[in-house]
Amino acid sequence: MSKPEFVYITYIGTTPEKLWEALTSSEFTRRYWFNTDVRSDWKVGSAIALVMDGKTTDVGEILEADRPRRLSYTFKHVSDEELKQEPASKVVFALEPHGKVVKLTLTHEGFVEGGKMLDGISKGWPAILASLKSLLESGTAVAIPLAALGIEGIE
Amino acid sequence: MDITSFKPTLVYTIYIASTPRKVWQALTGAEFSRQYFFGNSVEIDLKAGGAFIVRTPDGALHISGKVIECEPEKKLTVTFNVNWPALIEKLGQTLVTYEIEQAGEAVRLTLTEAHDRPISDDILSGGRQGWPAILSSLKSVLETGKPLAVKLAPPQRMLDALKAMGIATP
Repeated sequence: MSKPEFVYITYIGTTPEKLWEALTSSEFTRRYWFNTDVRSDWKVGSAIALVMDGKTTDVGEILEADRPRRLSYTFKHVSDEELKQEPASKVVFALEPHGKVVKLTLTHEGFVEGGKMLDGISKGWPAILASLKSLLESGTAVAIPLAALGIEGIE
Repeated sequence: MDITSFKPTLVYTIYIASTPRKVWQALTGAEFSRQYFFGNSVEIDLKAGGAFIVRTPDGALHISGKVIECEPEKKLTVTFNVNWPALIEKLGQTLVTYEIEQAGEAVRLTLTEAHDRPISDDILSGGRQGWPAILSSLKSVLETGKPLAVKLAPPQRMLDALKAMGIATP
């Protein structure tokens, strides 16, 4: 059986440079990522913190930062009592020019079998990345309430 | 047709700033589909048992199937069989389901591809590559009025696997 991971591909009408900026700038992420700041200096080995509505939800370390092609960091949940028992996972964003658009492949891996983290991120990422795509293409993020995602424990 | 034996091989979820009605029209309309589905046009008789056809830009039959479930603006299930000789005989039918739900001010569209027998990753690579491009472009058409210019060739690993199974592709 294959190891538990989540892979999501989307195509965005933008440039790799603009997409990189949108993934790494809190000015952008606040607008499409459930009001989350992504705080880091984006150097390999540096810390990263995801801060939602002023509360740190996830922390990690930058593993790769090859602007504007590939970004990866470890991802350890630190907010929810149950989820924070799970080990750190790893997020990779791969940005590839594809004609006039960019193919974004997100891979999130390193989950325990039967854990709740995988279910949560599997429902969260499509909403975050759909809103990111809208923001870059139309200038307006999509208003998706967290409660609409169907994640257990979030209402 | 008994669809209970079909198991999902791909689930893809995308959120669209639109309404269930517009998403339904985009999924079932020929004019709409030509914009986001690599120029292919969807022709569908919207009732259980009705025909489901996809034609290439030159009018050739590309995919044929039947409507299995049809709940306008909520759920559409069709058999989705690419028109390559021996495909159904060797791989069985492909089942595709679209589910449309309101999510705040947006619409959640969930696509599920399912099969009634184990299918290799090589064969499944076609859908895994194609669906994100098709649905990303559908979202762009509905939100911006403009499709994405995504050009994709079928994955070589899929073509090789089909050839090895004796399934002829154009």
